[in-house]
Amino acid sequence: MTRVRRVWTFALALLLVAGLWELYKVAGPQDGGTVFGWTILPRANDTAMPHVWEMLSRYGQPENRASDTPILLVVLQGAWFTFRIALAGLALGTAIGLGLAVLMARYKVVERGLLPYLVLSQTVPLIALAPLVVSWGGRLHLGAFEWPRWLSAAVLGAFLAFFPVAVGTLRGLTSTPPASLELMDSYAASWRQTLFKLRFPAALPYMSPALKLAATASVVGVVVAEISTGLAGGIGRLIIEYAREATSDPAKVFTAVFGAAALGLVMFAIVTVVDLVGMRNRPREATE
Amino acid sequence: MSSSALEGANAVEVRGLSKVFNAGRQDAVEALLDTDLMIRPGEFVSLIGPSGCGKSTQLRLIANLTEPTTGTVLVNGKAARAARLDQDYGMAFQQAGLFEWRSVTKNVELPLELKGWDKARRRSRALEMLDLVKLSEFVDHFPWQLSGGMQQRVAIARALAAHPPLLLMDEPFGALDEMTREHMQTELLRICGETSTTVVFVTHSIPEAVFLSTRVVVMSPRPGRITEVVDVDLGPDRGVDTRETEAFFAKVTEVREALRGIQPADVEPDIEQVAEEL
Repeated sequence: MTRVRRVWTFALALLLVAGLWELYKVAGPQDGGTVFGWTILPRANDTAMPHVWEMLSRYGQPENRASDTPILLVVLQGAWFTFRIALAGLALGTAIGLGLAVLMARYKVVERGLLPYLVLSQTVPLIALAPLVVSWGGRLHLGAFEWPRWLSAAVLGAFLAFFPVAVGTLRGLTSTPPASLELMDSYAASWRQTLFKLRFPAALPYMSPALKLAATASVVGVVVAEISTGLAGGIGRLIIEYAREATSDPAKVFTAVFGAAALGLVMFAIVTVVDLVGMRNRPREATE
Repeated sequence: MSSSALEGANAVEVRGLSKVFNAGRQDAVEALLDTDLMIRPGEFVSLIGPSGCGKSTQLRLIANLTEPTTGTVLVNGKAARAARLDQDYGMAFQQAGLFEWRSVTKNVELPLELKGWDKARRRSRALEMLDLVKLSEFVDHFPWQLSGGMQQRVAIARALAAHPPLLLMDEPFGALDEMTREHMQTELLRICGETSTTVVFVTHSIPEAVFLSTRVVVMSPRPGRITEVVDVDLGPDRGVDTRETEAFFAKVTEVREALRGIQPADVEPDIEQVAEEL
């Protein structure tokens, strides 16, 4: 019942956004609005804001004159390419985040020393970091292992994804009810036993929103990394390429932008499903 | 079982036990001062007194969940720490403290899991314990699907799962309504009788202490100490009718007299200190 309603609300919200878009095209200034000489309101003309139906019909048309595959397939392929890298980034980021959270929960000193740097790390612009990661990766030689280009993008996805996981999990691991900890103490349970039998299960409700943030952050990280490292094949590269044709083919770039948005939603959905499975035996209030 | 190896040893021996929180500071609290208490195997001993009298502190010292400032605690003839490491006691708190992600059976299996029992043995013991607390129909339920009284019964099953010779209980029925509470008291006596478990029981309730105990230890605050010990000779077979006998009323009066004149502490160091220590 609630599931069906959620799908409806989602569809309705999409329609509403499309409606507002078209409304602005009718009512908004064609060449943008200026306030005190500053252009604030966006241009409502067809180059800057193509009609919704133009964007949708663009999916059925070929990417360019040279090809006859509809752009929908090209966008889907790009999204699939980026999806796999983002998933790798999320996995890597989650592993690092969990490891850091356990370390910080175990040793207060580590938490005090490390946490400010973790916060600081997130202020480093990804675009500045991208070429560095690529060059470090290129110099890395582990026997027969060659650093593939996509791995740099995955690392940058992980760089954004690990942070919410680390902070959320740390919060969860340190919010264990004192009475439960005492109970484990009375059983002379080791720290490890307490971690896996009590702290982690009790932390799950804190970890699920963190993982959802991480999933979308990983997509953003990979898309930005594709753009700034020039990695071809993914949705990020498509956005940059199509944006260059914004004047001649304004609807084209939006097909790729929506592709990236859908990708984020799919990642989010995957984490939600994992969360539902992990929390299936919990009281209803906690899973809502 | 483990008590047979130590024939004649007291279940609990408390000698010169003191606990000072924030020692040496201005806000130092003498939670417990120079306490002696011997508990023989098979006894049911209640600790009663107003907030801040050190009853919970004493229980936690016996459980080795906190270290004494001075004095010694022996459990089954061993140092309290060794007894804890050997899981010589089971413990139940006011909050049942069940793990909501584990089924009822899995909750009871927890201490056995930590002891490294194999799956089949764990399962059969857990079912046996749940049968003992009359929850056989709810083995696959989750804690949040049970009433408060049922949750507390699961907690008792969990505390006794490894067949410890000693059960430590900190106001386990404090959060239950009066009817459930009286029912749980009768059940507890039956369970402890069947398993011949020694019990140390912390409570605020005079009738509860009298109904359950062979001895009631009356304590007073500032500093926390034992002021009187009341023997309760109501016999081993206590039931619903026991609560209406003259002897029961006489004992309730005796404990109430012993508590009269004891002023409650202004603060509740027990709770605050626990929170601070953790």
